Formats: sequence, C-alpha cells, structure tokens
Amino acid sequence: MSSQQVTPQSLVEQGLHATVSDDCTVIVRDSTSANLRWANNTLTTNGVMHGMDVSVVSFVRGSQGVQVGTVSGSAASQAQVTELVRAADAAARAASPAEDAADLVRDRVSPDWDESPVPTDIHVYDVFAPALGEAFGRSTAADRVLYGFVSHEITTTYLGSTTGLRLRHVQPTGHYGCTGKDSALTQSAWVGGATRDFSDVDALAMEAELEQRLGWGERRVDLPAGRYDTILPPSAVADLMIDAYWYAGARAAHEGQSVYSRRGGGTRLGERLAAPGVRLFSDPAHPGLGCMPFAATGSSDDERSVFDNGLALGSTDWIRDGELTSLVQTRQTAAMTGQPVTPYVDNLVLEVDGGTGDVMDLVRGTERGLLVTCLWYIREVDPQSLLLTGLTRDGVYLVEDGEITGLVNNFRWNESPVDLLRRFSHASSTVPSFSREWGDDYFSRTATPALRVPDFNMSSVSQAR
Amino acid sequence: MSRPEVDPTFLALPFRHLGEVALARATELGATHADFRFERVRYQHLRARDEVLQSASDVEDLGFAVRVIHCGAWGFASGVVLSPDEARRVAETAIAVAEVAATMTTTPVEIAPEPVHADVTWVSAYDVNPLEVATADKAAVLTDWTRRLRTGAAVDHATAFVMAVQENKYYVDTAGTSTTQQRVRMQPGFEAMGTGADTFDSMASIAPPVGRGWEYVAGSTAQGAWDWDAELAEVPELLAEKLKAPSVEPGSYDLVIHPSNLWLTIHESIGHATELDRALGYEANYAGTSFATYDKLGSLQYGTPVMNVTGDRTHPHGLATVGYDDEGVEAQSWDIVRDGVLVGYQLDRPMAAMKPELAGPDHPQGRSNGCAYADSPGHIPIQRMANVSLQPAADGPGTDELIGRVERGLYVVGDKSWSIDMQRFNFQFTGQRFYAIRDGELTGQVRDVAYQATTTDFWGSMEAVGGPQTWVLGGAFNCGKAQPGQVAAVSHGCPTALFRGVNILNTTQEGGQ
Repeated sequence: MSSQQVTPQSLVEQGLHATVSDDCTVIVRDSTSANLRWANNTLTTNGVMHGMDVSVVSFVRGSQGVQVGTVSGSAASQAQVTELVRAADAAARAASPAEDAADLVRDRVSPDWDESPVPTDIHVYDVFAPALGEAFGRSTAADRVLYGFVSHEITTTYLGSTTGLRLRHVQPTGHYGCTGKDSALTQSAWVGGATRDFSDVDALAMEAELEQRLGWGERRVDLPAGRYDTILPPSAVADLMIDAYWYAGARAAHEGQSVYSRRGGGTRLGERLAAPGVRLFSDPAHPGLGCMPFAATGSSDDERSVFDNGLALGSTDWIRDGELTSLVQTRQTAAMTGQPVTPYVDNLVLEVDGGTGDVMDLVRGTERGLLVTCLWYIREVDPQSLLLTGLTRDGVYLVEDGEITGLVNNFRWNESPVDLLRRFSHASSTVPSFSREWGDDYFSRTATPALRVPDFNMSSVSQAR
Repeated sequence: MSRPEVDPTFLALPFRHLGEVALARATELGATHADFRFERVRYQHLRARDEVLQSASDVEDLGFAVRVIHCGAWGFASGVVLSPDEARRVAETAIAVAEVAATMTTTPVEIAPEPVHADVTWVSAYDVNPLEVATADKAAVLTDWTRRLRTGAAVDHATAFVMAVQENKYYVDTAGTSTTQQRVRMQPGFEAMGTGADTFDSMASIAPPVGRGWEYVAGSTAQGAWDWDAELAEVPELLAEKLKAPSVEPGSYDLVIHPSNLWLTIHESIGHATELDRALGYEANYAGTSFATYDKLGSLQYGTPVMNVTGDRTHPHGLATVGYDDEGVEAQSWDIVRDGVLVGYQLDRPMAAMKPELAGPDHPQGRSNGCAYADSPGHIPIQRMANVSLQPAADGPGTDELIGRVERGLYVVGDKSWSIDMQRFNFQFTGQRFYAIRDGELTGQVRDVAYQATTTDFWGSMEAVGGPQTWVLGGAFNCGKAQPGQVAAVSHGCPTALFRGVNILNTTQEGGQ
C-alpha cells in the first residue's frame, strides 16, 4: 500500500490484524503543529511539523497472570506498524505478569471514528503574523523589545483494540506568550494565554498590555525578603494547582509518600485540606477546556494503566468544599485504596465559592501588597507538605491603597499549594488561564481565579530583571 | 573491545537519497542555505517497584527535517513519511514557511562558515549497546535492586529504573558537509523510601547518567561500571540514619560539596548562564536570559581564581559528546571561565556569526564551537549545552582534607531539588544527604536542608577545589530549553569543592511548620 493511501484507521486495523497476542491495543496519534518564535523584535525560528506516532500494547495471558509488552514509534506505513506489533508481541511474551492487570475495556465506538485527522498549518497565523510584524514596529519605535512564541498543534488520536474499542478524539492545543522589555533591559513584563484556534489572539493587544505593564515599572521600589500580602494572578495559581494535581497519585498517598498521605497510614481522603468553598476538579467536557474523554496511555506507571485504555473519563472533584474527595486512581490503585476509579484528566479547574471580579479587583481591595505576574522554575522541595520553591518573574508590582504604584524586585518563594488553598483571603472569579511554567509543554488547559494570600513567603531576593 | 559501528538497520534507511531530493528542491526554490537532518532515536524506559517490573516501554522517533535560509529568514519543516515525494514536499514547506517568516524578520539570518566535513562517520565510546540487551535481563537487574533495598529495616518501598537511548543522525547541507553518527547513553537509578516517627523521606542512588553502554551496570570497574553493589548495600542504612537525623539549624555554613551535588549547581549557574543565545536575549520568553551578558566577557569575576571551567563536546562518555553538531560543526573544547573570569560562551552558527570576534583572527566571519542540537527530527536545532566542567587542582586535596578544613559546616552528597531564576542569579538546591561537620569531622546526617545563594557570591566563596582524585563526571539526562520545548543530555565533571559562608535554610520552617 502506498503512503498516500495510509490512514490512521488503517494503521490501527493493520496492527490489530498483525498481532499474535491474546489481545492488543493500538493507539495512533496524528499531530501537526506550526509555531513562530521571536526575539529582539524579529522572528527567530519557526516550523511546521507533522508526526504520526503509534503505540502498541500487547497482552499475553499466562499461567501466572497477564503479561504486557508496549512499543511506540513513528510510523507512517503498514510495514512499520507491523514491526511495532511484532516487537510488542515479543516483549509481552518475555515479560513478567503485570501487577495492574484488569479486564480490558470493551466495545466502545466513537461516532466519528471514520473521519480523517484534523490538521493545522502555518496559515493559522494568517491574521496574527502581520499584526505581530506591526507590533515589532511599534515596540521598536517606542524603545521596547519583544520576545515570544506562539504554537498551534492539533493531535487526532485513534485508539483501537481487539476488544472492540474504536475511539477517536481531536485535541487542539494552542498558546501564546510574549515578554516585553525596555531597551535598557532594566525590567520585563509578560502576557500569555491558551487558545484553541488563534481566532481570539490579537498581537497588537498583546503589545499594548506589555506597554501598560512596563509603564507600571517606571517607579522602582526595592523590598527585602519576607512574608507579603500577595496577589497571585490566574496564571500563577494555575502553576501551583497543576503541581497539587500532579502529586495527587493515590498509590503514593496510600503508601505514605505524599502530602495526601495520612500519618500512621492510608490517605487523607475525606479530610478538609482547603478553605470551605474551594473546588478543584477536572472535566473533559468543561467549556473551552475540552480534552480527551477516554483513557489512552502507551505504558503503565503509578497513575496510569494500559489496562484502563478506553475507560470513559468524567467530571472528577479532587477537592470539594475544601475536602479532599478524590486522588488520581487506576483500577489497580482504586482496589488498593477502596476508592472509586478516578483516572487522570487533561484539564484542571479551581473555583472558589463567592469569588468575584478579576485580578484588578483584588488589587483595588489591597491596602499594601504585591501583585505577581507569573512564577517560574517551580520544583518540589519537601514532599511531606508539598513545599515548592520557585521565582517570581517578569514583573512584581507594589500595590498601595488599591493602586499599582511601582515595580518591585523579584523574589524566590517557598510555599505549598495545598497550604495556600487553606490560607488565601480573597479570590476572584475563575477564568481561563495559562500556566507559565507548565503550559507550553505539559498542561495548558486550566481555569483558575486570582488569589490573594496574606502571608506569602518571599524567601529571598532575586536580582533578575 | 573494538569501537562499535553504526547500526546497520539505520544505514539501511534511505536517508542519503531523501537528503539529495530535499536539498535539490530547496536549492531549486532559491534557498541560500539548506540542510537536511534524518534521525532515528530509540528510547527504552524500564521501571520496577517493590520487586515487580512496573513498566517497560520502547519508543522510536524516526523522521527528517529540512531547514532553509530563504529571503533572509529561517524556514523549517519536518515529516515522517520516508519517500522522495515527502522529502520534496517538506522542502517546499520549509521554503513556504521562510517566505511567511520573511515578513517578520527584521534582521536577515546569517550563519558562520564551517569547514566542509564530507562523508564523515562518528560513533560514541561504549562496549555494549543497552538496547541490544534482552529486556528480561534488564528487568531482572532492576527487580533485584528493589529486593535488595527492601532488606533494610527502614525501607518501606523501593523503585529502580533504567533509561537507555540510541541516537542515530545523518546530516547533509548545501555546503557539502555530510555526517553519520551514533550515540548511546544510559541512566540507571534507584530510590528507597521509608517512614520515621513523624516523617517520611527517601534516599536515591547518586550514580550519574553516562555516555556508556550496559557495561555501566553489568561490567567491571575497569569498564567504567558504577559500584552498584556497594551503594545498594549502604543506602538502606543511610536512609535509616536520615529518618532519625535532627533538623538543621538555619544559618551560614561552610559547605564541602561532593561532585554528585555540585554538577547540578554548575549546570544551572554556569552551563546555562554561558549560553550565548541566552546572553543575547534569544531565550528571554522561556528559559530566560543571563546575568553573564556579552559586555562582561573578559571582565566578569565569576568566582575565585581557583575556578576554571571548560566547555567541550569531546570528553569520552560525556552526554553532550558528539563528532559533529546538528549544523555540521566539528566538536571542540574551549575555556568558559579561566582563573575565575568569564572568557567564553557556547555558540551555534547563527550566534557565532553575530559575534565573529569570539573565534579569533583565524576566523574573521566567526566560527561556532559546535553547540547546535535538536532532540528529534521534528525540532529545529538550537544552541544547546556542551559538557561544561569545573577543573580540579592539579595537586589538589582529597575530600577528607577539604572536610578537615571546616570548623562548622555541612558535607553535601547527591542532588535532589533545584531551582534558579530567569537570569541565573538566585538559586536554591537540596541534596540526597547532608552531614554535619564539626572541627573537621563528620558527625552524622542532618535533615531538611536547602542551600540558597546568588551565583557570583557562591562561586566567589569557593576557597578550594579538590584534586583529580575527587573529580567525577556527573550530568543530566533531560535538560529542557527552547520553544517548542526540547530536551538534551549533558555532562558536568567537577571535583569536590569547599565553599565558605553559604546560606542554609530549614525547609520545614520555610513551609511554616
């Protein structure tokens, strides 16, 4: 068969036909992406990429249990898929029994299974790109410098199995981010966000917001390390909540290795971790944050199981009314912990009852404090409390009597996102947000409020500007 | 053992013909420069937990990319269908992308010249390709490691893993350079977890990732193997001690830092800070810029005079060691910090063209020092880190002697948490274990430690570096940079070193507990 006649569906069927194992799952991901990157008011790199990745999971039932082999690779032909299947079959025969073995999911078919992959290309920027060129001109004329990146990717996933699964999902993922500096490089500002198709991204509006933020920095105030009344915008809250979610694996909690572990054994499920009215949840059907509604993984780990491929994903409350209600569960860990099966979902929403207005409303209500732009280089320091460290980045502003009155130095901070959900004093409405740290490459579908934290720990001063 | 050869299954792929087709089409459409890169990268990741193999996955990334300079702008495209028609289409797409980019490119793209390296082949130094070792054999090693760790009374759970990579690349450009290369790298490791009276903690292997083969696990020390048996035997006891250790009193301490921790401080505060693209602002929106700006070259007092740092892509078994980079530039080595002063940067060809004086009078148009790398066929080459290493003192002291010089301090072993700001000033690191030093003697472990400093203050407090007997090649398997994000492996060698008056935090107190 020629490459032109190959479709993702035909690759799936070829793989399922070729396997000699007892069961097999084939996942084909067709991805196209287009990006533009700029620095110093000129385009630097760019690209249009196409990839076709195939993951094959073979299952062999032996006397001791079910053995699994998983192989993934770039594949665009029937022959390449056949090679992957042969390798997965061989790996399964040589494997020891899988500890996460469970009945495979059966007989679910997406109504759009037969449809082609949805592509993107450089023309997604047909409106944005000329405006960006104009923004370069404006910035150059005003002695400002722009640095940034836009990316648009569409991945169409096809999951088929010998147990009758034929599932398809189209996932658009887009984001934009732009850093602005004055020409003397004495300060920086940042704006960024997520998008699904770039129809809602305006390069000139982006540049105008940077102009406003750099204007806030005309007065500079140096402050020492300490605990400050701090306003975290939705972007920063997204950064922190993603970490709280990523460390919410049930197995680690059950085995006493995470902030969600109960001292003396078991998990903290049912315990009030956060303030009343706090809800942290995921929902594949959440408006504007739609994501894959079924489980699809090429390999097992503590939070994912190849046996769960095809499981329907629904709305899951991780924290409800301040109480820890769910942890990330496979069917294996659900049995281990005696809890419902609540697999990982690729979006995250934080809502606070009574949260109202936006980040500038929180500014207007603050007598003296700090407004952060975003957080950076966030890493876990202590798993017991989920203490994280990180930096502020691209603009920390002094708030006095409800107004932004100047630019403050950056800080290193040490805080736990779980503890912040208990200690915050004010929250805005929840809005679509974009994590500066994790949004580019890992997790871009979030909706979060801005939070005001009365005693945020700015541990030391950073000289970065 | 004889040097390995390029995998024949890679050589059987049609990369030469696809390259000819792609470059011919790009030239026909007016490209002033074009290069074609064909890659096959094989990854394997095995993970065991509590004597059970939890997962074993094999991944292969196969495809090609065409990069052009056209209308003064870059154009880049990639594909995965290995046919001449697709090679032609991808070249046409790269040209089309360049035409879109040209409308926003205010500074025409230039690249520094490089001597032509025609039809050259290079293979990294290893004995046994880990991807050719039976998965069952590797799984047996990992499950055995977790079994041995769990014999320790303090160990509740144990994990072990191995990541292995075989990277094959073919590069050809319109200047006439063509390179065929193969690299192998590995990162094995393990971790033991335990619970104390009011705490839980872990202890991980301090074995570094390496540009070696399976002999690193199963070979002899003469073949470069790590002493896994010794470490597996001692970690359960070390963890037991850690779980009972007192919490550190925050304040200023002298630090003796073992290479297993110091490599990461070098990576973050020197390696990234001396990437010229960062210093010139090209990473400003993502990984950040650098305090080590170009105007400071030759004058910035990075550290004390005992500080000598080199960049190289030639060190045997280095994770960033290559024969030729992803722009066809031959691997080199050079000084970055000499006698404590900043004297060099890491470059790719566009950066080298911007600052031709860095290459000296023999290269008036500049010359890259070979730091271009793309982590997959779907990504454009960017300036990535060479092996950046702190040199030992020729007749320098051993670790015990350095500890003996400290009245009140800490001895730091193994890396754990790391974070540094967007210009590489302020950093904070933790470690696997911290030993109190009193009057030149180790007096047992302390817990909850992080050290926090500003880069030039920290390196300016380095009183002494150890001798060659203390030097270890550490490194990172997955260093992130760029947009779209790319990962790269890089090594950092260093001796044990002594630092005076470094700020120590108590992480429990930082968390308000």
